[in-house]
Amino acid sequence: MTSINRRRGGTLAAVAALLLAAACAPAEETSGSADATATSDAQCSPEQLDTQTAGKLTVGTDSPAYSPWFEDDDPTNGKGYESAVAYAVAKELGYAADDVTWITVPFNSSYQPGAKKFDFDINQVSITDARAKAVDFSDPYYEAAQAVVTLGDSEYDDATSFADLKDAQLGAQVGTTSLQAISQIGATKEPRVYDDSNAATQALQNGQIDGLVVDLPTAYYIAAAELDDGDVIGQFQPETGESEAFGLLFAKGSPLVPCVDRALGTLQDDGTLGDLEQTWLSQTTGVPELS
Amino acid sequence: MSTLEGWVPSERQRERDDLRRRRTRRRGTVASVSTVVVLGVLVAGVLAAPGWDRVRGTYLSGDVAAEAFPLLARAFVLNIGLFLVAEVFILLLGTLVAVIRVVPAPALAPVKILATLYTDVFRGTPTILVVFLVGFGLPALGLQGVPTNLFVLAVVALTLSYGAYVAEVIRAGIESVHPTQWASGRALGLSYGRTLRHVVLPQALRRVGPPLLNDFVSLQKDTALASLVGLGEILRRAQEVSSRDFNFTPYVVAAVFFVVATIPLARLTDWLAVRAARRQAGGA
Repeated sequence: MTSINRRRGGTLAAVAALLLAAACAPAEETSGSADATATSDAQCSPEQLDTQTAGKLTVGTDSPAYSPWFEDDDPTNGKGYESAVAYAVAKELGYAADDVTWITVPFNSSYQPGAKKFDFDINQVSITDARAKAVDFSDPYYEAAQAVVTLGDSEYDDATSFADLKDAQLGAQVGTTSLQAISQIGATKEPRVYDDSNAATQALQNGQIDGLVVDLPTAYYIAAAELDDGDVIGQFQPETGESEAFGLLFAKGSPLVPCVDRALGTLQDDGTLGDLEQTWLSQTTGVPELS
Repeated sequence: MSTLEGWVPSERQRERDDLRRRRTRRRGTVASVSTVVVLGVLVAGVLAAPGWDRVRGTYLSGDVAAEAFPLLARAFVLNIGLFLVAEVFILLLGTLVAVIRVVPAPALAPVKILATLYTDVFRGTPTILVVFLVGFGLPALGLQGVPTNLFVLAVVALTLSYGAYVAEVIRAGIESVHPTQWASGRALGLSYGRTLRHVVLPQALRRVGPPLLNDFVSLQKDTALASLVGLGEILRRAQEVSSRDFNFTPYVVAAVFFVVATIPLARLTDWLAVRAARRQAGGA
């Protein structure tokens, strides 16, 4: 008896495995293809847009949300440049501020294949061709210069050119344009790479790196608020060969892109983006150019 | 064997043998068919999934893998270096702590308390925190003589964390040696220390070989934590390419490096286990 039972058990297990495989049948494709002409007012209204939750706009960003892109680590307060831009885009599309829901999207998971939990992600993501193979980007909402932060008592505090930084140990955050742009400086030591700007700032404070390369608004914030004696020694335009502009990140093939691009175009034309930049990122003027 | 010469299996015996052969064949067939069908359905299911092309492009892109390979191979040297150096210090620290904990000398009480505290704290603390504390916290103290070299700091962090695990494994090994071994050593006139050194420790260490190697495989992977303090090891390099191009293939390539590096350790463990079993059996 036992041997028969065992054999039956084996067959059952095999059948169960088959059923399991069948249960993983293809999920219905939800994201339609983007229609470039679908950009009239009626088609871009909250009623028409195919968002995660009908009538709501779900926006993703990483946690913690850093200043000056967000303020007080709270994307929902409308403060900070990216929070303000997200709400301006939502308003332009016809969403009330209450209809905007924020979710935490770690940078790495923003470009995972498969279904996304957000309508768009706003997290200082630079637009590049390679990345555009995995996700869709909106038109740029900010063009960031790169900057070098150092400590006031550093021997590199007086650097005015790339040549002055030749022997410096530089560092940057992984996944940033800054890390790509660091090679422009031509420092001889290999840059050190950190997970987030907190760790990079720690390393700078400890003297483990001489200079930290970040985008200019972040550089200003780190120098002013995070470090006791921080100093932005200069800025430069990255020449990575690709765009160094920040774009909103969408799931590949998201139907929202044309509508959001249209909203961003309006915000650009009527000066809203310029005003928001003035409000949240204005401290960054007056930093000398490095070359 | 000679007693079997001229022996002819009975009718009944031949039936039994036939039955066994048939059963073996039938079992083999069933196992093969079942394997082919289940794996086939699983593979077909994955390949036919609507997202398969995206998944393959994101995780298994040949172009990205080829581009990342040399970079990752260079970075992996650092992982191996960290592993080999840390391993030595971990064994030394682990053995020292284990011995301190088992030695019954009352004068050593304060050291024993420290050793217990050490294993409790560092086994309970996530390695990631130890790496942060040692990598960023130690240099931040600004003390003279604290190493600033990131490699050294990473080795210190890994040693502190894994030393606690290994100390417990070795202690378990020492305690698994039968008390009569101690008694025999003492009866032969060996001092406590020499009994430990020549009788107990050799047996204990031989017994804990497989679990120790298990810990070392884990250590091999945790060398990736060195990236947190700015060392450009393989996982960090993979992350750099991955986040630049929004493609996860470099992580898969890095995983292959780790797996390949683990296999020799696994075979070594197997071989040690077999050798130990042979020796235990003795000449019998």
